[in-house]
Formats: sequence, structure tokens, C-alpha cells
Amino acid sequence: MNAFLAIIARDLRLATRRGGEAALTLGFFVVAITLFPFGVGPEPELLGRIAAGIIWVTALLAATVSFDRLFRADMDDGTLELLALQPLPLELVVLAKAISHWLLTGLAVTLLAPLMGLMLNLPGAAYGPLIAGLLLGTPALSLLGGIGAALVLGARRGGALIGLLVLPLFLPVLIFGISAVEATLIGMPLTPHLLILGALLAVALPVGSFGTAAALRLALE
Amino acid sequence: MTAGTQPAGLVADHLRCERGGRLLFADLCFAVAPGDALLLTGPNGSGKTSLMRVLAGLLPARAGRIFWQGRDTIEEPAPWRRALSWLGHDNAIKPQLSVAENLAFWSRLSLPGHSVSEALEEVGIGHLADLPASMLSAGQRRRLALGRLALTRGGCWLMDEPTVTLDTASLTRLAAMIARHRADGGIAVIASHDVLDLPGAQALDLGALDQGILEPATS
Repeated sequence: MNAFLAIIARDLRLATRRGGEAALTLGFFVVAITLFPFGVGPEPELLGRIAAGIIWVTALLAATVSFDRLFRADMDDGTLELLALQPLPLELVVLAKAISHWLLTGLAVTLLAPLMGLMLNLPGAAYGPLIAGLLLGTPALSLLGGIGAALVLGARRGGALIGLLVLPLFLPVLIFGISAVEATLIGMPLTPHLLILGALLAVALPVGSFGTAAALRLALE
Repeated sequence: MTAGTQPAGLVADHLRCERGGRLLFADLCFAVAPGDALLLTGPNGSGKTSLMRVLAGLLPARAGRIFWQGRDTIEEPAPWRRALSWLGHDNAIKPQLSVAENLAFWSRLSLPGHSVSEALEEVGIGHLADLPASMLSAGQRRRLALGRLALTRGGCWLMDEPTVTLDTASLTRLAAMIARHRADGGIAVIASHDVLDLPGAQALDLGALDQGILEPATS
């Protein structure tokens, strides 16, 4: 447990020392959302109708642009091969890194989402399901995205490739994240959608940690 | 073979390694007892690093087995992982962290036998503990990487070119560090081109082994 926490603490400390890194993801999230009123026109009715979708899709894209940094630095300076040789199983190392990734991107995006909703005229009843959905969905993104990040380690410039690999995996999370908001707006119960998001997270937990660890072992050979 | 039939220490049993269609070594056997050291030599490309990676478990061997204290390191990786300290080509140093913070992270990942400050003193950079690692010279960075091994007591050190960028005084210090480790009952496997003072160490010249291009299998 001590080793597990040490990895999370180190990643968070490195991110704060490097400064801009976490801010980069959030900056991307805010700027990309700001583009939509310019693109589709500033009518509050239209924006309010598509606000939840904009926030969710942009959250997926913001997570995707951050994955390239998940293992790259550790791979380049030899930290990764050392982590693979520690008594702590590599699957748990991956899990620790996914947690710190989520704290720096998914959680931060979730906290910013209400502000973005305000800007896009999101209906009042939609805030709750949007936040609850993001809280359950974004950890699954951090877990599944690790697979893509680990698979492209062998490639020199893998950034765009990660998007192609992981965005299809994010589709179920997006579908049920949005359906949670839609259901609330038409007066249907919210719980089933959140339960499915929770189930997706429960699937992403083993798939993400075992899949990423296997891909990392291949990259280290 | 089952546990107990192998001698204590590190044992390689008929190891075979192929990389990119080239045979690097086959039927390689050796045994390193506690307190002993093995020096790997051979020209560039003779497979020293590959052998190190096979021993560590980073690279699967094509054939053969590796035993640590009589246990197969693939079937039962846990005891081997706890005993193993790896020094690769890369130093695994984060420039954003201080010298002591770099070492403290690795000491939290395993069960250290020595404190961070003791390890830093042993590799001669105790006075640099609070400096950001980005300020270190290449030789000091290598010494910080060696400090990771100095944290451990006993176990097995796998050192791939430990002497790279070290000055003469540091070479002497490294030899003393390995001697201390061996006196503690530790094992050191060292791949190096430099002359290191390793009294009583076994030597293995990978350049003298049969190597060559593999014949395509006739089917």
C-alpha cells in the first residue's frame, strides 16, 4: 500500500513541479468548449440543447490529449523498466498511475464542468446528472486510455494514434453519460444510467489495469 | 526441477536468447553463490544487456530457466522481485525532484536496508541531497542511480555498465560498494568494459560463445 501511494504522490508532485501540464488539459477543455458558441451561433436555446453533449465530447478529447504523457517520460528515462521490476505488481503500478491521471484530468474537468454549463446555458436540472455521470465516467476513461498510451510507446510520435485507439473504447461511457442527462430532462429516473456507468467503471478497472500492464511489458522487451 | 534442488543464489540453467533473428547465446549455464560476483564481458552487441534483461525478467528467454534461491524466477517472481536491484543504461532520475526525493521514492517502493542519507553518503553525493536532480553532472547522475542499489542490503544487483561517466575516485568507491554488498551476502552481476576491482569474481565472456545468424527453420 505504501508503494502504491508513493507512486500516486510522486506523479502528483511531478505534475505540480512541471506546472503547466495539468493546466494544459484544462486549458484545452475550456478553449475547445468556448469555440462552440462561435461555431453553432450564440442562441441560448440551441446551446442549452447541446450543452451536455459538448461538455462530454470535449472531456473525452481533453482526456485523450493527455494520455501521451502518461507513460512517455517514465519510458524515456528508464523509470518504467524499474517500476516493472518492483515487488508491487505492474497491474497495481498502472492502477496508481491511472488514479493520479484521473485526479489531474478527470476530476479537474468534472469540477470545471458546471462553469462550462453556465456558459452554454445548460438547463438547471441537467447539472446533477452531468456531474454524477462525469464523476463515474472519467475514471473509466483514465483506465482505458492507459491501454492506448502503453500500446503506442514503441512509436515515436504516438499522440494522434492514441486518439484512434481509445476514442472508440470511450463510446459506451459517452452514450450513458449523455443518456443520464437526457433521462433527467424528460423526467425519467436517473439511477439506471448511473448504474450502467458504474458497471462500465467496474469493467474498465480490470480491463484497464491488466491490458495496460500487458502492453507495457511488450513495450519493455 | 523443483525448489530445493538448486543451490542458493542465482542460477541460470541452459538459457537461450535470440534477438532480431540472431542467436546471442544458447545453453548458457552459470551459478552465482551468495557473496559472489559475476563479471560479464564481451564486445558490443555480444548480448550482455540482453542477458541482463533476461535475468531481470524484462525479456523472456527463448529457452532455459533462472532460479533465485532455488525458485524459478518466472513461476515465482515475488521473491526474485524483492531481491532484485536493477541498474540499466538509463538512470531513472526525475530532474524536477531533488536528489534525496528521487531516492526516497525508490526506497518507498521496496523494503530498504539502508536510509536515503546513508545511501547518498555511500555513493559520495550526500552533500548534494537537497539539490534539484537537474543540476547534477552526468557522473553525479550515475552515482545517484547507484545510490538506489546502495539502499538495499543483500539481494542481487544487476548492473549494466555501472561505470559509464564515472571518474576514477568514483570507480574506487563503486568497487568498495560492491565489496560491502558481497560481504553482506549479496550477489552482483556486472556487465562492464572497465576494469573493476572485484576480488574472486567469476568472469563470463559472451564474445567467446557460439553466435550467429539463425538458419530459417525448414518446414
